[in-house]
Amino acid sequence: MRVFAVAEIRMNELDPVSVELLNLANEIKADGSAEAIVLGKDVSEFANELSKYSDKVWKIENDSLENYNPEIYADVLIQLFQKEKPDVILFPNSSRGAELAPLISTRLDAPIVTDIVGLDFSNGVKAKRYIFQGKLMVDILVKDADTYVFTVRQGVFKEGKEIGGEIVDVKIEPTVSPARQFISIIEPEVGEVDIAQADIIVSVGRGIEDESNIELAEELAKALGGVVAGSRPVIDSGWLPKDRQVGISGKTVKPKLYLALGISGAFQHIMGMKDSELIIAVNKDPEAPIFGVAQYGIVGDIFEIVPALIEKLNQIKS
Amino acid sequence: MKIGNGGESLKIFVLAKHAIDTESEIRLKDEKSIDEKGLIYDINDWDRYAIEEAIRLKEMHGGEVTVIGVGNNEDTLRKCLAMGADRAIKIPLETGMDPYKTALAIKDVISEENFDLIIAGLMSQDCNNALVGALLASMLNLPFATAVTSVKVEDGKLRVTRELEGGYQEEVILQLPCLITVQSGINEPRYVSIMGIKRAKSKEIKEVDVKVDKEMIELERMYLPPVKKAELITGSADEIAEKLIEIFKEKGVI
Repeated sequence: MRVFAVAEIRMNELDPVSVELLNLANEIKADGSAEAIVLGKDVSEFANELSKYSDKVWKIENDSLENYNPEIYADVLIQLFQKEKPDVILFPNSSRGAELAPLISTRLDAPIVTDIVGLDFSNGVKAKRYIFQGKLMVDILVKDADTYVFTVRQGVFKEGKEIGGEIVDVKIEPTVSPARQFISIIEPEVGEVDIAQADIIVSVGRGIEDESNIELAEELAKALGGVVAGSRPVIDSGWLPKDRQVGISGKTVKPKLYLALGISGAFQHIMGMKDSELIIAVNKDPEAPIFGVAQYGIVGDIFEIVPALIEKLNQIKS
Repeated sequence: MKIGNGGESLKIFVLAKHAIDTESEIRLKDEKSIDEKGLIYDINDWDRYAIEEAIRLKEMHGGEVTVIGVGNNEDTLRKCLAMGADRAIKIPLETGMDPYKTALAIKDVISEENFDLIIAGLMSQDCNNALVGALLASMLNLPFATAVTSVKVEDGKLRVTRELEGGYQEEVILQLPCLITVQSGINEPRYVSIMGIKRAKSKEIKEVDVKVDKEMIELERMYLPPVKKAELITGSADEIAEKLIEIFKEKGVI
């Protein structure tokens, strides 16, 4: 099979997920090829890096590819795919991949499965993914087609080897005048505390129930000498500022202690905190995915456990 | 497909899914289905933000909000009408887990309508595919943006910000008609008022039958994900607090 992986350039850097896509491509290609595609204005450096892990790198450089535009990117990719006829096309499950993959799928009439964590071609085409924010897993049988499109979850296919391939420079001009126009990139908000620098983080999720309970987390953070952060639902509700959000769309943190209070542990959150040195989770749901990443877990009520902990910590201090 | 009034007043369509609340107890009945016992259904959380955004745009610019739902249940459509949507279209089709089928059914219905803007939630809280909106836009050949965090109508166009990774955002301008999928937190969805529920009673839910015989995927099996489990700390709140402090000391945290 010819397996194509569309590399991800983020803030002018090659995102590691690009290599993960190639690891998967090498795993499933059988006697075919793992081929990377890299698009942008000046991407030679990235093409060199990608060539280590691919049989071939398609390098497409063009001034109109400087800023990401889904219509232009899809148009250029389609021109390449119509000529090269890949069997499988892999995108990262990222803010870009989530737009490009469905566009390509529709244009090529190719089945699509998103956010996959496993792929098997041994007996029909089967993709593995999570549903219900990680609470259940499904095996999806994909109907026979000439081309398949997948978006791949980051951090899953980390194992691979270097094979070393050639770089092919292709000239492709976009043929569309896009109805979507790129204006600017907006930098992350900067707050008074940078949670990425904190050694101790008390992090709250939906289980904190109400804005007035944030105070309880503040009190615990103070007793521990740490800071308060939160998961998406808490930020969405406006109970904590955006710069306190832990997760893919927020900050990545690696503190000495990450205490997760009432956080169920959606993948997008876990990616932002899984490398913490010590993770302790308190949640009333024993099936919460957060217990899969924590070293210690407490199935219980945060409103009983946190006050008891604050009291004991304050006793030690005085 | 006709363009509305160039943003002067907006004809907006909203996609809303009636979905299992992820906070309810989810147990498998067999390999292909979930035990209905203990399940709570409601409007998909992301779609709550989508309908709210549509109503706000209508309040600001005038126009009409139509909500479309695929499936047999009407509760979510009624809720949207009570929040302020003007009319609803129900497509009584069971699409299972195939987002392609859902998008195709909506495409069939929406192609017959005039609109300026389609708003969908970023993803459904049950299947988490994040596909129906983007597939529909691609099928209708509309410009689109996903994970939108703010919307402004400007010179007959839509200026939006969308969420990227690592706290970054991207600002883009979309020509109308277009489609956006909204990220949670884009607004503060209103509660349904008694007046809203009363008014909704006189609003129309139009049923449109659609046949979709193309399938892209099939569910083979569902199961509990294999996970390594945390070491559990048990006891009374005081005992747990004491054990935690021991762990903190041992690991040099305090």
